[in-house]
Amino acid sequence: MSMPRHLRAAAALLFLSTAALAETPDLGRPATPEEIALWDISIGPDGAGLPPGNGTPQQGETVYTAKCLACHGEKGSGKPNDQLVGGLGTLTGDQTPVKTVGSFWPYATTLFDYVRRAMPFNAPRSLSNDEVYAVCAYILQLNGIISENAVMNAQTLAKVQMPNRDGFLPFSRQK
Amino acid sequence: MGRKRSAGDVPELAAGNGILDRRALLAAGASLAGAGAIAARPALGAGELSMEPWMTEPGAPFVGYGQPSRFEAKVVRTFASAPGTTGTGASRTPLQRLNGTITPNGLHFERHHSGIPDIDPDAHRLLIHGLVKRPLVFTLEALARYPMETRIAFVECGGNTGALYQKEPAQLDLQASHGLLSCAEWTGVRLALLLEEAGVEPQAQWLLAEGADAAGMSRSVPMKAVDEALVALYQNGERVRPSNGYPLRLLLPGDEGNMNVKWLRRIKVTAGPTMTKDETSKYTILLPSGKSLQFVFPLEAKSVITNPSPGLTLNGAGLYEISGLAWSGYGKISRVDVSADGGKSWAPAALQEPVLPKALTRFRMPWRWDGGPAVLQSRATDASGYVQPTRAALIAERGTKTFYHFNGIASWAIGEHGEVRHVYA
Repeated sequence: MSMPRHLRAAAALLFLSTAALAETPDLGRPATPEEIALWDISIGPDGAGLPPGNGTPQQGETVYTAKCLACHGEKGSGKPNDQLVGGLGTLTGDQTPVKTVGSFWPYATTLFDYVRRAMPFNAPRSLSNDEVYAVCAYILQLNGIISENAVMNAQTLAKVQMPNRDGFLPFSRQK
Repeated sequence: MGRKRSAGDVPELAAGNGILDRRALLAAGASLAGAGAIAARPALGAGELSMEPWMTEPGAPFVGYGQPSRFEAKVVRTFASAPGTTGTGASRTPLQRLNGTITPNGLHFERHHSGIPDIDPDAHRLLIHGLVKRPLVFTLEALARYPMETRIAFVECGGNTGALYQKEPAQLDLQASHGLLSCAEWTGVRLALLLEEAGVEPQAQWLLAEGADAAGMSRSVPMKAVDEALVALYQNGERVRPSNGYPLRLLLPGDEGNMNVKWLRRIKVTAGPTMTKDETSKYTILLPSGKSLQFVFPLEAKSVITNPSPGLTLNGAGLYEISGLAWSGYGKISRVDVSADGGKSWAPAALQEPVLPKALTRFRMPWRWDGGPAVLQSRATDASGYVQPTRAALIAERGTKTFYHFNGIASWAIGEHGEVRHVYA
């Protein structure tokens, strides 16, 4: 090796310092804010991540009739797939629970998150943000949670109080 | 059945109704070899040993990727898809037709929320962002250069055995009742290492894991689960199958299957849970009070007798090996007891080594069936001291309004013709 002495010393020092830090491969590249904005589709229960846009129950009915009704039934009544409306009061006692958006879901933000990422089943990610707000508004209105005149947007949706909001207990193991 | 033994040589009964000491089969060695087979024995008759046709000509050529014998065509997953869909639902592992503890990749159970995506690994990316100092994007090529770890772990759907909450015992075979359970050797990169490179902020308590399927399946994971988490690239030595998350999946040993997000595309580090659809409207345990337990992550100790089990038949009285699986999301299985009298008396089964934490453990127990009524049960205990409850005890605590995390004891009744039925005992 014909490396000058001062370079050898520097290389040795570099080796020692990285070894002391428990070297990791560090092969990820930095993600840009634009990339993150494109990929980050999750909505927090406080509404963090809700995009611009808005929709009303009436607008939602149009979207629902065209794109949701075939699977979820007239006015969210279910059949052949999940029931979205009703079921209030069925969670207690011996009766069969009817778990719908209205009777069971604790956060309206989850509805926006899920409709936008996964619905309609045959064409997920195809609805505009306005359409997602509108469909959410329609389902919430059918459940009697918001009025016919309510407008759902990033501010109002996050404030919706769902009937089963306090229905969940964080689990901790007794043993 | 086994060779006749001399009178002084009869194995000790370890529990009622023919349960023998767990060492009986091992100690007896060759004298009992083969006695455990439950499949019907072909009648032994003169002239049976003829020249085998497969010894009279060369066999088949090589193939690039091997398949099971054509005579094993019954050993397949069974599945059902939601109305109007073809790949949205679950397929179940044929536990009653397998032995050992590792599930072959083609038989690993599946639960998909919008089919199986056909992901080009060169186009797939993993994004880590949120409460981190350096948001990072990883290619598969990059991840493949990271140090890897291998561990054997079971994956069980949180809804497995949900049918046992029903008021009457469902007449399902073992695959239908318990088949959302599999176990594989997983190899991948420790998630903790990738998070360390991204630099997790102090207020981070949770992460959101998201898949690249058409449902964008997502779950919140508490930060403490990261200790054992793998970003798995390999399943039983080969790349993870598309049906199990190709090209990479999250593996959280011991936690309910739904959290082990397949086709992993994104980890968002967060302060609190995101409250996704699957951790609120699904995978919560509705109690009789109307309140629901949420964030029930590890699966409690559980066991089931796979052989004999509903769908199989015993071929006459005699000596059998009862065999089954035990597992716990809290660690190793420390003990499995077996009963042949519906839980009146128990004896400890032999545990097949190696017994690994959060992996399936095979247990075996010799049993002499006298041809009379019998109800077989198994009861697992894990290293934390937790004992698998009876169905009655579980339901007394939890009611029957839920579908999730049933881990009660299953009871198999043996009929006079050797048929096996699911009963509540």
